[in-house]
Amino acid sequence: MGILEVKNVNKRFGGLQALGDVNLSVKENSCHAIIGPNGAGKSTLLNCFVGKLIPDTGSVMFDGQSVLGRTPYEINQMGISRVFQTPEIFGDLTVLENMLIACFAKRDGAFRMHAVENMHNERDIVEKAEHMLEEMGMIDQKDDHSASMSRGNKRRLEIAMCLSQDPRLLLLDEPTAGMARADTNNTIDLLKQIKDERDITIAIIEHDMHVVFSLADRITVLAQGTPLVEDDPENIKGNPKVREAYLGEAA
Amino acid sequence: MLGLNKKDTSLLMFVVALSLFAPIILNIFPKDSGFAFFNGGYPDLMQRFAIFGIFAIGFNILFGLTGYLSFGHAAFLGVGSYAAVWMFKLLNYNILPALILSVVVAGLVSVVIGWISLRRSGIYFSILTLAFAQMMYAIAYSDLFGRWMGITLTNGETGLQIYNNDPQILLGNGPTSPHLFGLEMGARKVLSIGPWEFVFPVGYYLCAILLILSFYLSIRIFRSPFGLMLRAIKSNQTRMSYTGLNSKPYTLAAFVISGMYAGLAGGLLAAMDPLAGAERMYWTESGAVVIMTILGGVGTLIGPILGAGTIKYMENIISKMNEKLLHDWFSFLPESLEYAMVWLASWFTGEGWHMTQGVLFMLVIIFLPGGLVQGGQKLASRFRRNKADDTATNATPAE
Repeated sequence: MGILEVKNVNKRFGGLQALGDVNLSVKENSCHAIIGPNGAGKSTLLNCFVGKLIPDTGSVMFDGQSVLGRTPYEINQMGISRVFQTPEIFGDLTVLENMLIACFAKRDGAFRMHAVENMHNERDIVEKAEHMLEEMGMIDQKDDHSASMSRGNKRRLEIAMCLSQDPRLLLLDEPTAGMARADTNNTIDLLKQIKDERDITIAIIEHDMHVVFSLADRITVLAQGTPLVEDDPENIKGNPKVREAYLGEAA
Repeated sequence: MLGLNKKDTSLLMFVVALSLFAPIILNIFPKDSGFAFFNGGYPDLMQRFAIFGIFAIGFNILFGLTGYLSFGHAAFLGVGSYAAVWMFKLLNYNILPALILSVVVAGLVSVVIGWISLRRSGIYFSILTLAFAQMMYAIAYSDLFGRWMGITLTNGETGLQIYNNDPQILLGNGPTSPHLFGLEMGARKVLSIGPWEFVFPVGYYLCAILLILSFYLSIRIFRSPFGLMLRAIKSNQTRMSYTGLNSKPYTLAAFVISGMYAGLAGGLLAAMDPLAGAERMYWTESGAVVIMTILGGVGTLIGPILGAGTIKYMENIISKMNEKLLHDWFSFLPESLEYAMVWLASWFTGEGWHMTQGVLFMLVIIFLPGGLVQGGQKLASRFRRNKADDTATNATPAE
């Protein structure tokens, strides 16, 4: 029994069958990659995990509870954090403020009216946020305006915000998309470190095979909305069906 | 001090000083001098500075922090005034129950309007709030609810006033004008020093104290985790919901708080002059508070106060410049030039003060998108740079 169980998920957009009979099981404390060519339904599938889309049929269970019909913030409070393809951070705020928001959300839940306390007097929250920034090597930038950072650093901050909430499942949507090589390598190192040092399950959607094979313990290949194969990375590399899906019939 | 850091404390002290000494600062020109016209230190105007300051501070909590532009905040101002006048009619002229009811009623109305309007964001939210406010204006103007219930609720276009046959069950032998436990709002102390004359009105000081309290509360909100969440709403709602936060109750809370500020301002308007009319809810009033906030500096602490002061000063002083006055001022010029200047100036004064307001607003939007506060910061940093240059040149003596 995995921490995330996806059973018979179907999703249709008009005449397009975006997802067809997807079954997937993500094991606890593993890194599970979902790969596939453009339009394979990877992002649609991810959106079904976080409350953005509701599948037409099937079930998505996280730790024995259904996530379907819940809002994104409820799903986050269950212990699923998501990193976006384009980093989604609070660009108007400083790096530290970004972290504080994540830490308050973890401690106080979806809503709490704490309108007269000074946020910098909440020692436990500030310490936690600064500690996390230190761990990520961003403490020197804590007062920087977060919108002015490089893409790699924005990604780092987004991951730091997710991790500060101690999620049980971290969803990564093409975490290195549009990044320079150096930033990509930094991100891979960061993710490896997270995987090794924490009790965390990672589900990653990725295009870049270099990233996938550096991180994944298990890979599901999606093609035209349906899982083609699910196997260990070594077996995926040589699988002719995978090559065909990626490179077309001629290959 | 008071749970604020050094910078915020000095800002608060600045506002305290400004409020307490306003009767002196605004009457800086001697009574008989030519400039006495520019004195704004008369009770009616000073009260307006403070009251609209409170209105704009509250508006800024919603618009400045969450970015939700309400175009119907005058509705809460009007509701607050009506509630206060009703308290005068039913109980007596004590303003305390009146102000409390103003805030409570405005809060309740804003829960309803906010709950519905906040289903949409951006321009749709603005239009919804505008629609609600105009609807409430029309209802108040025709006294729809009153007629439906068979009573006088808003007294239609005449406006709600206090009559001798009103119940006023607690009146007894108490004062027959608004007062706070006997201290009449209309009372004032006039101090004449040489050619100067300073007026210290009780009503103004009550408004000023409430302005200071409102400002203090707004600083606390700005620096609180709640304020942080409101800024998060403005910045990125997607990240907010994927961080486990429900933005709806936060936005609604901000909306209700700013509605209550508006209610307090409306109650104070009635406490200074015990009548309430539907025109207080008209959309131009909602627009005025938007302009005040933007002019002063959206999302800054002190901006709304400066904006409210600037607009109210212009509205009251520039609009009073009539042709006769202009002729007096330009009388030193040759006659043809005098007439030309008066003709030109009359476009921007008297009835034309809206033109001045419009030009000022455009200049601020184009050159100082951060409002007057940004202008102040620019000046301060230029001043500091000059100073730094001086010390730099002094440090490297000429050879």
